[in-house]
Amino acid sequence: MSTATIDLEHHGEHEHHGPPKGLKRWLFSTNHKDIGTMYLIFAFTMLFAGGLSAMAIRVELFLPGLQLLEPDLYNNLVTNHALIMIFGAVMPAAAGLANWMIPLMIGAPDMALPRLNNLSFWILPAAATMLILSFIVPFFPGGGTQINTGWTIYPPLSVQVGMSMDFLIFALHMLGISSVLASINIIVTIFNMRVPNMTMMRMPIFVWTWLVTAFLLILVIPVLAGGITMLLFDRHFGTSFFNAAGGGDPVLFQHLFWFFGHPEVYILILPSMGVLASVVPTFSRKPLFGYSSLVGAMIAIMIIGMVVWAHHQYTIGMSLGAVSYFMIGTIIISIPVGLMVFNYIATMWRGAMTFETPMLFAIGILLMFSFGGLTGIMLAVVPADMQYHDSMFVVAHFHYVLMPGAVFGLFAGVFYWLPKWTGHMYDEKLAKLFFWINVISFNITFFPQHFIGLAGMPRRIVDYHAMFTEFNVISSIGGIVFGLSHLLLLYIVIKTVRGGKQAENKAWEGAKGLEWELPSPPPFHSWTTPPKLAAS
Amino acid sequence: MSSAAHHGPTDYYIPDSSPWPIVAMLSIFLMLSGTALTINAVGAGVWMVLAGFVLLMVMFYGWFSVVIKENLADRYNEQVDGSFRQGMFWFIASEVFFFLSFFGALYYIRDIALPWLGGEGYLGVTHEILYKQFEAMWPSAGPGQLGGEFKPMGAWGIPALNTLILLTSGATVTWAHWGLKEHNQKKLVWGLAATIALGLIFVAMQAYEYYHAYGELNLTLKSGVYGSTFYMLTGFHGFHVTMGTVMLMVILVRAMKSHFSPHNHFAFEAVAWYWHFVDVVWLGLFVFVYWL
Amino acid sequence: MAAISKRLGALSVFSLLAGWAGTAGAEMALNFPEPAAGVAQEIYDIHMLTSAIATVLLVIIFAFVGYSLYYHRKSRGYRADQRFHETWFGQWSWIIVPILVLGIDLTIAGSAQKTLEKVWEVPKGEDLLDVKVIGHQWWWEYEYLDHSVEIDGKPKPVRVESRYLPEDQAGEDTAGYLRAVDNPLVLPVGKKVRFLHTSADVLHAFWVPELAVKKDAIPGYVTETWVDLTREGRFSGQCAELCGTWHSRMPIEVEVVAEAKFKAWMEGQKQTMLAAAAEAAMDKDWTMEELMEKGRANYNTKCASCHQINGKGLPPAFPALTGGAIVTGPIPAHLDIVLNGKAGTAMVAWNTLTDLELASIITYERNAWGNDTGDLVQPRDIKAARTLAVK
Ligand code: HEA
Ligand code: HEA
Ligand code: HEC
Ligand code: CUA
Ligand SMILES: [Cu+2]
Repeated sequence: MSTATIDLEHHGEHEHHGPPKGLKRWLFSTNHKDIGTMYLIFAFTMLFAGGLSAMAIRVELFLPGLQLLEPDLYNNLVTNHALIMIFGAVMPAAAGLANWMIPLMIGAPDMALPRLNNLSFWILPAAATMLILSFIVPFFPGGGTQINTGWTIYPPLSVQVGMSMDFLIFALHMLGISSVLASINIIVTIFNMRVPNMTMMRMPIFVWTWLVTAFLLILVIPVLAGGITMLLFDRHFGTSFFNAAGGGDPVLFQHLFWFFGHPEVYILILPSMGVLASVVPTFSRKPLFGYSSLVGAMIAIMIIGMVVWAHHQYTIGMSLGAVSYFMIGTIIISIPVGLMVFNYIATMWRGAMTFETPMLFAIGILLMFSFGGLTGIMLAVVPADMQYHDSMFVVAHFHYVLMPGAVFGLFAGVFYWLPKWTGHMYDEKLAKLFFWINVISFNITFFPQHFIGLAGMPRRIVDYHAMFTEFNVISSIGGIVFGLSHLLLLYIVIKTVRGGKQAENKAWEGAKGLEWELPSPPPFHSWTTPPKLAAS
Repeated sequence: MSSAAHHGPTDYYIPDSSPWPIVAMLSIFLMLSGTALTINAVGAGVWMVLAGFVLLMVMFYGWFSVVIKENLADRYNEQVDGSFRQGMFWFIASEVFFFLSFFGALYYIRDIALPWLGGEGYLGVTHEILYKQFEAMWPSAGPGQLGGEFKPMGAWGIPALNTLILLTSGATVTWAHWGLKEHNQKKLVWGLAATIALGLIFVAMQAYEYYHAYGELNLTLKSGVYGSTFYMLTGFHGFHVTMGTVMLMVILVRAMKSHFSPHNHFAFEAVAWYWHFVDVVWLGLFVFVYWL
Repeated sequence: MAAISKRLGALSVFSLLAGWAGTAGAEMALNFPEPAAGVAQEIYDIHMLTSAIATVLLVIIFAFVGYSLYYHRKSRGYRADQRFHETWFGQWSWIIVPILVLGIDLTIAGSAQKTLEKVWEVPKGEDLLDVKVIGHQWWWEYEYLDHSVEIDGKPKPVRVESRYLPEDQAGEDTAGYLRAVDNPLVLPVGKKVRFLHTSADVLHAFWVPELAVKKDAIPGYVTETWVDLTREGRFSGQCAELCGTWHSRMPIEVEVVAEAKFKAWMEGQKQTMLAAAAEAAMDKDWTMEELMEKGRANYNTKCASCHQINGKGLPPAFPALTGGAIVTGPIPAHLDIVLNGKAGTAMVAWNTLTDLELASIITYERNAWGNDTGDLVQPRDIKAARTLAVK
């Protein structure tokens, strides 16, 4: 790394080698690493906020009867839990990884559009404020009723809700704007900022996953925006998009929502799948298996994922032809996803594995995400979904793909790159302890939910029949342990930031990639001169 | 900023820290939360919207001034220019999908929902049980005939004229672009001026059309799904035309100040793309909203 | 295929655990309940097949990962095979794996499609009992479209209103906590039934696990499902689409009885309806006591889920009626909100109630809980208000 020389002519008074000082560094930042750090901190905060509401949900469901929460407050918490976790925790965390790692991985000086990058981040806290307002406005006099619709905000129920629904709609608009701007930036960075030798087919898979994710975001977020705009007009300006009396159809909203909502689940999972492509080869000490088929699989997921949305709506009364189509389309997704899982397992096969924490999480993902995916295939089977739909079985399915799929992937990424970011090794013993508590309590929380779902417990209910008690008790106990275990994570991260064994440039023995050529932590401006990539 | 990337136009320009993104965030927050309050009849909302709007204008002015200055100081190399271009391209792509959601809604209502209500296909039982009297045809205000009797908007009056206007404006903006490439300042300025004039005429005619629809056709936002889709699609399009016209005005001013050179005029092209996009959307509107 | 699926079914985690629970004899259940309809049996079978396939696949994945973790770990001295991806397997796996997965997919989709064709569409040209199922916030209404009585010269389908019963009001023979309703849906065994689902306000979904059909009730649209009932019994279900505050208190009880019993029940139902109609048609002046007594009963069943028995409501969702501006103000405004409801809120138009019911409820509201307006509203006032509303 050459130290950067300074061009005095261009900026006399702006001279500084390191980052700007004080608040300005963060508020006005144009630095991909600082912005990445802010994304990660924000996501972590939101994980706790969303987790706190999950804890309230689990406490309420601990026993039958109204324990703690009024029904509307319960549903309000469920709504907020889902939105905060998805839009506040998982997506920003993935965006944080993208911000930190993509420029390092492709040898770029920064993101392509640094000021826009700052805007995409800073809209998030504003959006989160709006989301929280939507939660608390009803507690003020004249604030109207609480949001009791779930995160899917289906009309006509969402038309009944008071002013807080408008805050929610605008919060979603802002979250959407943030995601679209971030996606534009990421796509442009990837297309325009790679070091000369790095062809598309030599990019790290993590970069590929984010490219596909960003495409998906640009294609589907505007459709959600359109849908909620129509909802806003139906609520306040007398249109009848979702009102049969005027010739509309409440189901139209569901189509618009899930046209966004299904691709959204791949938006959540793909970056984590990308982390695996870095972690698994490193700790297997063996090249990634099936690079091009991974790329192909991702593109297939993007395309098929866009045309199967109605599997969330099997019960709305579609024709036989329509449900057959959506069923087969959905099941077919197991081919590309299966190929991804297979490639990771084949990467481990005949490797020389060690089991540091990122690798433990990676293995956890492979096993438990597969389980969640397989229950997904069960859900895709229309006649059986007549029974599963809107039951706790669905809740179990999506927490298996979301927690050990998306969130574990992010945890794996955090542990994998933490030495690079902070310059310190984390406490491996504590981290392993965290993994084991996490993985075991997760399964205690969500495995039983499959059974109560099959036995007939609907989701989104504040109170349930006594026959579901035993499993809910288990699930709640597991849930609280699971929640508390994240305090350990917080402790580990803070401890690592503040000190620890100095990390080498290449923190892991088997690690490959441009990011490991830079010092740990990397200088404020990473690749001021493009690195040379060997011709393959 | 110590980046070697500043060494002149061969390096990628990384801007210094900038206050404008935060200002943009504040203005969006103020405007949206203000709107939420206003539509629920909370008085303070209007002031928040206004403050947000002022802030937005300040932000645009400030942010773009910086960018223009940097550009004039020759900080942007071709790679940076490429980033801007690609960025604009994907932004327009996202807008396309925003409009697609409304076209999709129109399609769904006309070809799926209304036929069901009228007794066709798998959900035909709906008609048999709930709406024996209702006959589904387009335009429709639904079985409840919400908003009362209305007349639909014909295609061959103002809308056809507007199509012509927008198509012409697409040509004039291209003509201006040729002028720019040929270093022909006059052609550039007059081409832009003509485009702006056409844009303004378009918006004015659209406003007159709304006036006519409300006053004489009893076609309102509340006229069932026809009114809903009609105003939503044409309204958002009209909003985009207005935005495009304002952007063209800014470009005109910059053109008159000779900000552009035949090889460096991203801002001009971005606005031209945007204008063509608005044009294409209109063609879709003309065919699916007015004509068919 | 069927034989294989049974074998696999026996292997699956779900059936193993279900067996375990069976021996444990607890009320706790682990799997779908025993089907009570032919279509439910079909659905049960396809569920067992897919869960079996899923279980087997999961076991295979665990086996491969487990083997690899154990034998290919560094601490055991295993040296990574750097050229693995260049073997023939590495070269061709991108096509072998998808073909294998496609095969399994088609197996699943093929059997699912067969089941789907059997259960999805209502059989044509058969004699089905039509039951219209209307979801309300938060109760169910059932109309037997094939059975009607003549009232005012017009045929009116036999109607059942089915509401949640709080624990203290539920009898011994009801399904228990959160499951008890005042009037179950009664159906004859051995008969094919077509349900026509719709809703009066927001989305609901009719779900009885033993019957396995679930279909959303969409306001302004009608969807249909059908079942062929195979055994008698009392089956509990629940609303399965989030419909607001009391979504968790929208139980369903279905009583499947022998044909003869069904006929007798239907006769009784018709008599009750005729008697109620006759009472409502009486052109007489009701006294305050009569109206208050009827009003309390009607209010407590129909309005109290929102406005509460004590009239205090649950603000801000449901306004209190005690001392409310409308309830203690001019009568026409009171009639107006009850007859026409308020668009965009949970307060629907209650104009399907009879004049007598409405008169009693409104009288009750204006005089109960210390409202004491002394106003007496007679059925003919309601009739007048209705004709006004039509104009
Ligand atoms: C990260 C998020 C995520 C992911 C990745 C998935 C992945 C999948 N999901 Fe899931 N899903 C959700 C999040 C996710 N889902 C959420 C949040 C909901 C609920 C939303 C709500 O209502 O609130 C939901 C709901 C949901 C439903 C609706 C249920 C209902 O409401 O009735 C369905 C139905 O088809 C479904 C199916 C699938 C399928 C087929 C996949 C597939 O992509 C899975 C593919 C993976 C595998 C199959 C495993 C690996 C493959 C192999 C090991 C190869 C061998 C496999 C075979 C041969 C089958 N999901
Ligand atoms: C990425 C998305 C995501 C994530 C990570 C989670 C995480 C969790 N979810 Fe979430 N969930 C959803 C997405 C997600 N969920 C969605 C989309 C829905 C559907 C909503 C709807 O129906 O509309 C849902 C619904 C849902 C329900 C069903 C509610 C219902 O239908 O009635 C339940 C019930 O158990 C639940 C539980 C949990 C739990 C226990 C966790 C745990 O993983 C949480 C872990 C906890 C933490 C990370 C917190 C960190 C620690 C602390 C705060 C300190 C500890 C404090 C104490 C213990 C007091 N979730
Ligand atoms: C599903 C819930 C629900 C049920 C059942 C219900 N209401 Fe209401 N009611 C409401 C809501 C919500 C409002 C508030 C409407 C508004 O926003 O003005 C309301 C308002 C009212 C008001 C006006 C109160 C005021 O002071 O503003 C009256 C009177 C009333 N209802 C009477 C009745 C009667 C009589 C019945 C039964 C026949 C009934 N309601 C059943 C939800 C319900
Ligand atoms: Cu009705 Cu839920
Ligand atoms: Cu999906």
